[in-house]
Amino acid sequence: MKLLYFAWLRARIGIAEEEVALPPQVRDVAGLLAWLRARGGGHAEALQNLAIVRVAVNQDYVGLDHPVRDRDEIAIFPPVTGG
Amino acid sequence: MIRVQREDFDTGIELDRLAAGNHRVGGIASFIGLVRDMPLIGGEGGGESGGGRVSALTLEHYPGMTEKKLAEIELEAHRRWPLDTSLIIHRYGRLEPGDRIVLVATASPHREAALAACNFLIDWLKTDAPFWKSEETPQGERWVEARTADDAAKERWRSIPDPTGR
Repeated sequence: MKLLYFAWLRARIGIAEEEVALPPQVRDVAGLLAWLRARGGGHAEALQNLAIVRVAVNQDYVGLDHPVRDRDEIAIFPPVTGG
Repeated sequence: MIRVQREDFDTGIELDRLAAGNHRVGGIASFIGLVRDMPLIGGEGGGESGGGRVSALTLEHYPGMTEKKLAEIELEAHRRWPLDTSLIIHRYGRLEPGDRIVLVATASPHREAALAACNFLIDWLKTDAPFWKSEETPQGERWVEARTADDAAKERWRSIPDPTGR
């Protein structure tokens, strides 16, 4: 699956996007975030506080229980501040 | 109509073009968002005194999702009010105080619908369109935090009766 990071999450993780193979135990957004955090480093630092993290699957906002699939485009970012 | 662009826009030309030749339109409402010259308050930059000022900001966005969300927001405004046409232009990239960030304009036979829909669009855009601002300060780059007031501004549209009765 394709992972995209924006704003300070991108800065802390150190990359704007990456392609990862979906681990078999990961079924939903919560599982994906836990798996990313367990990778340590910038991922662990950026995903410490999930209250300030938003997730979009295939360009729609989703909750933590939304399922994830290997062909998904998943974006992880802070609350938006446009306008 | 939705436009997400780096370039500036000419407000007069955009508003004139919006309802040109459409004589059903009785009024156009518009909102133009500008970069403010802001003193730094709180955060890592220190207190308001001696914290310096924001010299510029950079708007980052999520290409693809931005256009999708703006189109959804626009569709919702057209569902709620009898609009003839509407326009959202949102810029990205580096902007300085005084620069235009966003233009929202709505055209309708009557002013009530145009004004309400314009207000609705800017409120929803602020909480749903995937843009992020970072500020250039004397202490370095600082990401702008989301305001709970923006969420409250969006939420009030839920408690106001939908004019279509749905």
